[in-house]
Amino acid sequence: MSERDVSALLEVKDLETSFLINGKYYNAVDGVSLRVNRKQIVGIVGESGCGKSVMSLSIMNLLPKNISRIRRGEIVFEGKRIDHLGEEELNRIRGKEMAMIFQEPMTSLNPVFTIGSQIAEVFFTHTNLSKKEARQRSIELLRSVGIARPESVVNEYPHQLSGGMRQRVMIAMAIACRPKLLIADEPTTALDVTVQAQILELLKDIQATNEMAVMLITHDLGVVAEMCDEVIVMYAGKIVERADVHSLFYHPKHPYTKLLMESIPRMDREVETLSSIRGIVPSLAQMPRSGCRFAERCPKAMPECKIVTPKLTEHSPGHEVACLLYEESVPVHEVMK
Amino acid sequence: MLQYTIRRLLGMIPMLLLISFVVFTLAKMMPGDPFGGEIDPTRTDPKYIEEMREKLGYNDPIYVQYWRWITKFLQGDFGISTTHKMPASEIIMERIPNTLLLAVTSLVITYVFAFFMGMYAGRKPYTISDHVIAGYNYIALAVPSFVAAIVAIYFFSFKLNLFPYSGSVAIGLQPGTWEYYVSRLHHVALPALVLGLMSTASYTQFLRNDIIENSRKDYVRTARAKGVKESKIYNKHILRNSMIPLVTFLGFDLVTLVSGAVITETIFTYPGLGQLFLQSVATRDYAVVMSITMLLSIFTLLGNLIADLLYGIVDPRIRLE
Repeated sequence: MSERDVSALLEVKDLETSFLINGKYYNAVDGVSLRVNRKQIVGIVGESGCGKSVMSLSIMNLLPKNISRIRRGEIVFEGKRIDHLGEEELNRIRGKEMAMIFQEPMTSLNPVFTIGSQIAEVFFTHTNLSKKEARQRSIELLRSVGIARPESVVNEYPHQLSGGMRQRVMIAMAIACRPKLLIADEPTTALDVTVQAQILELLKDIQATNEMAVMLITHDLGVVAEMCDEVIVMYAGKIVERADVHSLFYHPKHPYTKLLMESIPRMDREVETLSSIRGIVPSLAQMPRSGCRFAERCPKAMPECKIVTPKLTEHSPGHEVACLLYEESVPVHEVMK
Repeated sequence: MLQYTIRRLLGMIPMLLLISFVVFTLAKMMPGDPFGGEIDPTRTDPKYIEEMREKLGYNDPIYVQYWRWITKFLQGDFGISTTHKMPASEIIMERIPNTLLLAVTSLVITYVFAFFMGMYAGRKPYTISDHVIAGYNYIALAVPSFVAAIVAIYFFSFKLNLFPYSGSVAIGLQPGTWEYYVSRLHHVALPALVLGLMSTASYTQFLRNDIIENSRKDYVRTARAKGVKESKIYNKHILRNSMIPLVTFLGFDLVTLVSGAVITETIFTYPGLGQLFLQSVATRDYAVVMSITMLLSIFTLLGNLIADLLYGIVDPRIRLE
């Protein structure tokens, strides 16, 4: 038990994050528990609207406060609860102990400040570096994220850089203080395919050299296979399956995971049409109250799927699934009936 | 940027010629001439008036008159004011310092209030203080400046005796002395406050809305993720972006303020360009009217140029070539 506590960097326990829609709160993240160990890369996958981004923004406490709030649960970082911290205490962790990069490199940088000053700001916020040292470190950082001619790029503005370069700058900013956890929210979605591969390669390198943990949010299973140690599959605000990357790809359990796998374009097989999952993720207001949230779209749905809510339980060692097809997932009181 | 400036300045020449032609024609098309109100027709021989008209060239075709005026104007001869019996340039030069003083003071008041109120309201939207500020803005936008000026004179000058109600300086003070400058500021304070506090409304509301809009941008989230303090996010990251659209306002303002707040100056009998312009139009003092109009046209074009140059400074995405 004690060893477990040492290795856990981030623990999310039963998190519920809700949004205000027409005067009512709806859970976008509904009872999610997960943990990220030190130096581990955890992938979070799911379609758009599954609550992946909301979950990650909850961890960083970056959601707009007027329309959203964390209703329940705990976020524990390095053994300390951070979900109820004030702005000031939180700012000592954000950017220093844990950092985040976003989906949209085109708009994530402030258009009116130079690249150098935006990177240096991290140093001014968290360290006592002088202006000159901060500049020097910024140049080194830019070089380490693979930017050619960093000496001139520090003086340039975001609009002078390409999307891939901007994402590199975002990564440089995120790793400036060598954080222990990096949350990457679909870091390659907005980029060209060739650039995507480079950025992923870079993230992997940095993860290894800086020995940091990465929470990688993506809807691309190819990226997961490439990068991650452990995978969490989310659907409609809940975790439906969790496994190490190997068993998830070779023995997917949940019908949703299986369908996601089937929708990956394969180069080694001749196929006429690309399979897709029928239907869409239900909107927050239309979320079913009970039963499996995927039942509506599930090809293997049984009548009880719409009534009984499956529970995320271990099916085989290290492999958890929430689906009534597996008897472990049937809640205890239902079995007794 | 220098090249750009020179090119813009050269481009103004044809524009100004066109303006001068239109302005001249419009001025001449006003019914009447300087003799209309100045000379008592019952005691002056109509023949003499006709003679004077002929002598001053008022009977020539308009293009001849225009040519005569523009050639002299370009040589720096702005003509003699028929009302003041002295060169128009001298009269205008006398008024410019007053107008500039009023313009700068009210501009400072406008901006200071707009920044404080706009920043505050933008940071705390939909709170009571935001609503109070918005309420003030709507009142300031709705009340005409002449009403505000009269109310201000009534309360602050007549009732409370805090400010003088007319003129630009107390009589009998020696220029250059400390008392002289204090008196100038004392005289300019009330009209400047009226002008400034009225025009700050649109700035405040504009800044507030822009700050709210910018606070939802992705780069703000990035700054938060970096651990930057909330106050720094607003005062540095957002404000720097929200300043860009305000530059457009500044360009317009340079012009409207230099043209003198005609009505405010008239109510306060503040001897500025606006007041002079209104008087000159009433007395058909062509030399002064034309000179002021041309001056303002030049200011308008320069104001736009300054605004464009400022854009290039505040927004790195705009490159002037």
